[in-house]
Amino acid sequence: MDIRVINASEITAAVKKLFMDCNYFIGKDILDSLERARENESSPVAKSVLSQIIENDRIAAAEEIPICQDTGMAVLFVEYGDKVAVDGDFEGAVQQGVREAYEEGYLRKSVVSDPVFDRVNTRDNTPAIIHTKIISGDKIRITAGGKGFGSENMSAIKMLTPAYGAEGVKQFVLDTVKAAGPNPCPPIVVGVGIGGTFERAAQLAKKATFRSIDTRNPDERYAAMEDELLEKINEMGFGPAGLGGKTTALGVNIETSPTHIAGMPVAVNICCHAARHADVEI
Amino acid sequence: MTKKINLPITDEDIKNLKAGDSVLLTGKIITGRDAAHKRLLELLEQGKSLPVDLRGEVIYYVGPAPAKPGYAVGPAGPTSSYRMDKYTPALLDLGLRGMIGKGARSQEVIDSIVKNKAVYFAAIGGAAALIAKSIKQEELLCYEDLGTEAVRRYTVKDFPCVVAIDCEGNNVYNRND
Repeated sequence: MDIRVINASEITAAVKKLFMDCNYFIGKDILDSLERARENESSPVAKSVLSQIIENDRIAAAEEIPICQDTGMAVLFVEYGDKVAVDGDFEGAVQQGVREAYEEGYLRKSVVSDPVFDRVNTRDNTPAIIHTKIISGDKIRITAGGKGFGSENMSAIKMLTPAYGAEGVKQFVLDTVKAAGPNPCPPIVVGVGIGGTFERAAQLAKKATFRSIDTRNPDERYAAMEDELLEKINEMGFGPAGLGGKTTALGVNIETSPTHIAGMPVAVNICCHAARHADVEI
Repeated sequence: MTKKINLPITDEDIKNLKAGDSVLLTGKIITGRDAAHKRLLELLEQGKSLPVDLRGEVIYYVGPAPAKPGYAVGPAGPTSSYRMDKYTPALLDLGLRGMIGKGARSQEVIDSIVKNKAVYFAAIGGAAALIAKSIKQEELLCYEDLGTEAVRRYTVKDFPCVVAIDCEGNNVYNRND
């Protein structure tokens, strides 16, 4: 069997670029959606807030500075081909890429070493959260994003049971968004993970926030649920910056997984309008 | 209509600000967020004096990104205010006049704003690169070891925000309840 060898330094360079790029350059899907939202709003305050967000994103890209000061905790989804070998330490190479991006890219270091007692800043934004899946092939695919905690803190998970059905899922998503209210920097992107186990649902919800809002779930039943939830969320009226308006969310993305006969876990990961993610294939 | 306010903010200014007003702030503000608030309150509980005089000040809840060479400050948008709620009434009682952050506040904070005739401004979350254009200068005041969470003095010019809670307790976020 032929094994493709990739130098660890190549991984580091790719990861560094992902985090710098995603923090400076907002996706076209988000920018287009913000512009459509500005057209659609009737309130002058909502229009003004959206104009300022669009202007902010333009400045960040033009000057290559972060869109938001919360450049996030680094999260990576890695699909690692089974015919690839990294010449060196893969995990170390990823962490080094994060370290270099945050140090050399003027990104904020927002990670503390211990969650409860010490809370001392690690000063290089490591460790990153790395989700690795082995796939077949000789490539490594990485989707990465900096996750801000204003919106992360508004996320929730619930172990629903099968009897709740689709209505129960929708209600939990709406309840979570309502409880978040003006706090998570609306207009938001809502990632929903349904199924699997406790931790798989949460992971899927995060993955859903890393998907373009121009895409729909391939299963038309879930695609319809995405559309319905987006409409209902936008009827809540929180609006841009929570100051009122028709645009509380830009998109709802659902990801699903097989689950247990007794369960229907639902996780809702909320992301702010600075929905930062980038992909690379090595 | 946008109201221009020169800092330090006066009682008269505060009285005239109504929830929903767009405001441009010019002058000096201080910064502080979670870790600095925790330290300040620990000092108060021990009966010690604070390293920064809060009387008459407006505090901005922010943890900026590092400044690129040639920039006065890095991107510096507001952080969620509710995390400071636990500490805020004590600081308002000490003479803090205003806060800038984003998102809703607790009833205790709203009551304390009314009691102390203070004001809470909201800046646009996630508009950090744009907001930084209105911050002209920064100076470290204390807690340098906290890095981005250190307490700094910012000199601002036409810093854009909205009155979220005015001194009568009117709340711009209430419409969503």
